[in-house]
Amino acid sequence: MPMDAREIEAMIRQALPDATVEIRDLAGDGDHYAATVVSAAFKGKSRVQQHQMVYGALQGRMGGVLHALALTTGVPQE
Amino acid sequence: MTDVNSRIETEIQSQDVVVFMKGTPQFPMCGFSGQVAQILNYLGVPFKGVNVLEDMEIREGIKAYSQWPTIPQVYVKGEFVGGCDITREMFQSGELQQLLSEKGIATSTAAA
Repeated sequence: MPMDAREIEAMIRQALPDATVEIRDLAGDGDHYAATVVSAAFKGKSRVQQHQMVYGALQGRMGGVLHALALTTGVPQE
Repeated sequence: MTDVNSRIETEIQSQDVVVFMKGTPQFPMCGFSGQVAQILNYLGVPFKGVNVLEDMEIREGIKAYSQWPTIPQVYVKGEFVGGCDITREMFQSGELQQLLSEKGIATSTAAA
């Protein structure tokens, strides 16, 4: 059961309330998305840690129902 | 679960650069694994491919080991660097080349 872009966005926001989230559907099959997530919570974190935070927000769906999520993460410009 | 972790440790320590991937370096079976192999080949960096499609225990064990839910996974000198996105981003920004040279791993092109 693939995921819906809005569902992904909602889950990320739930874990990172201040985040700005932009989701692009790469293949139209509900399985391949690209997401850009910007949040102050990423400050001081390595890229791996930032991505792990987003994967954590998706509560185990990443790699399961959600096959691919090309992630770009960053900290808001001061 | 411990013996899969020790098997993973052995793989990770077996060569400077190790990639847990779907397929082999010559025949990647997934676009993302293919991208990582392409980047490392472009840089002329020899790496060991561990084909997780042939070993379900490692396929699941590596995700718990690194707390990273997807394949491919890139390790340099035993350290987890990231998946496909991070490796590509680091390559484009030159961070990957810098990390490799810091770890004493030669890259063939002087890719800026």
